[in-house]
Amino acid sequence: MATGQVIRSEWTKIRSVASTVWTLSLAVVVTIALGMLISLLSKNEFDNMDRADQLSFDPTFISFAGMSLGQLAMIVFGVLVVSNEYSTGMIRTSLAAVPQRGSFLFSKITVATGLALLVGLVTSFVTFFLGQAMLGEHGAYIGDEGVLRAVIGGGLYMTLIAMFSMGVAAMLRSPMLSLGILMPFFFLVSNILGNVPATKKIGRYLPDQAGSKIMQVVTPVDNDTPYGPWGGLGIMMLWVIAALAGGFVVLKRRDA
Amino acid sequence: MIELEGLTKRYGEKMAVNNLTFTVRPGIVTGFLGPNGAGKSTTMRMMLGLDRPTAGDVRIDGKHYDQLKDPLKYIGALLDAKAMHGGRSAYNHLLCLAQSNGIPKKRVQEVLDTVGLTPVARKKAKGFSLGMGQRLGIAGALLGDPRILMFDEPVNGLDPEGIHWIRNLMKSLAAQGRTVFVSSHLMSEMALTADHLVVIGQGRLLADTSMADFIAQNSRSYVRIRTPHRERLLDVLQRAGVTVVQTGNGTLEVDGGKSERIGELAAQHRIVLHELSPQQASLEEAFMQLTAESVEYHAHSEAPPEQPRAWGDGWRKES
Repeated sequence: MATGQVIRSEWTKIRSVASTVWTLSLAVVVTIALGMLISLLSKNEFDNMDRADQLSFDPTFISFAGMSLGQLAMIVFGVLVVSNEYSTGMIRTSLAAVPQRGSFLFSKITVATGLALLVGLVTSFVTFFLGQAMLGEHGAYIGDEGVLRAVIGGGLYMTLIAMFSMGVAAMLRSPMLSLGILMPFFFLVSNILGNVPATKKIGRYLPDQAGSKIMQVVTPVDNDTPYGPWGGLGIMMLWVIAALAGGFVVLKRRDA
Repeated sequence: MIELEGLTKRYGEKMAVNNLTFTVRPGIVTGFLGPNGAGKSTTMRMMLGLDRPTAGDVRIDGKHYDQLKDPLKYIGALLDAKAMHGGRSAYNHLLCLAQSNGIPKKRVQEVLDTVGLTPVARKKAKGFSLGMGQRLGIAGALLGDPRILMFDEPVNGLDPEGIHWIRNLMKSLAAQGRTVFVSSHLMSEMALTADHLVVIGQGRLLADTSMADFIAQNSRSYVRIRTPHRERLLDVLQRAGVTVVQTGNGTLEVDGGKSERIGELAAQHRIVLHELSPQQASLEEAFMQLTAESVEYHAHSEAPPEQPRAWGDGWRKES
């Protein structure tokens, strides 16, 4: 079976359902709006900060603050792209048309990832520039050292979050179950594990904690993280690969 | 052509499909009949490679389903009307299927015309009635102009006009030399469309026969007689060379349409008759008898059921 055919088919599928449009637009709007708001608040707070905080002030990272909420919409996008097939019963029609299950899943993930990357990069650049505009004199420039890497990294981060969700949804099949696990995990559990001293050392190896390092330009003063920005993104990629591999094994083994 | 060989599917302890071997041939409509839960849908899902058989094999034109290049061009299937995303329009649903198998775009419009959904092609499928969903599913099956077509309970939810349409469609597809395999739990429906019959019950093959043979064997016509003078009538009929069967409930049955002759014989010998009625066993009855036997067979083959106990019985015995 020609992979090109399946990719075109998956593109038709993804563009012809409303959930694609609303999840992705929500990711864009929330990330940008919240990023601008927090940038504005930070600018007003800057003079009240102590010396240490002013030294580790990272205008690039602050403009990406909206991603903590925006990523939830990306998670919904990733989950729905895959689990819609199961919740609607479309999976039986899809697999009858494309019985090579690896090819089916690979094409679906390729198309959804491509779209997430495009939206993620656009969001990341817009968020950065609008955030810096809000920060005014405390802002960073795209030409500053490490800034371009962080902005592109922001797009990659959003893409990888969506891919991770696709893998989890392929394993769990149910949209409710997948969202019920992923949303609280990324919104609460990961933050708690990453901030409580006892679990901090484990927490920083979670996909979002590790991956978000790519968006940091200024290293915090008391930094003891054993990996750099790309190392963090690498850790996140390992999570994504594991989730997708798990999803592939489940799809391959189980009856549709 | 679809060939099944010892096809078996077990879910835990339950045998959903048990050692099925039969062949679905081209040029005719083959009916796949069985009561609800007999394993028809499971068998069809295994034919399409959706479910993995526990044992045995199924081949489409000699190949396994996942070896087919662009399978929609070999075999089109309607599994259930709901196997689609409700938020997608009918047109886009068919378009994504066509693209995955390299089928030209104009074919989408053709099959929409064939099933009569062109006016609602841009509408979302979730607004469709069961009958319209069924038509969209059939459009998907016809998309690749396949040599083999498979329909799982296609008349479900269709109005009389729709039922008439699908019957004619299946017959014309078979007349074009295609293989048509259609499941149903209604014998009466099959009698009108199928040329060949495969009957299963409890996952086991009960019959694999031509429709004509099945009708000849099972639609027995006979005459039912009730009389207060049983013994005398039996004597008379036996002397006249008529074979009589005594049934349990006190009536007599004579095969064939001989009611006039029996009436005349009884009149000659001045025997009072309370009933003399020609009977025709329906195909539905024959089908129910066939499948009921499979249920009985199953029940007897296992250990007798435990005596039902009321709640608290055990407690009383122990004390």
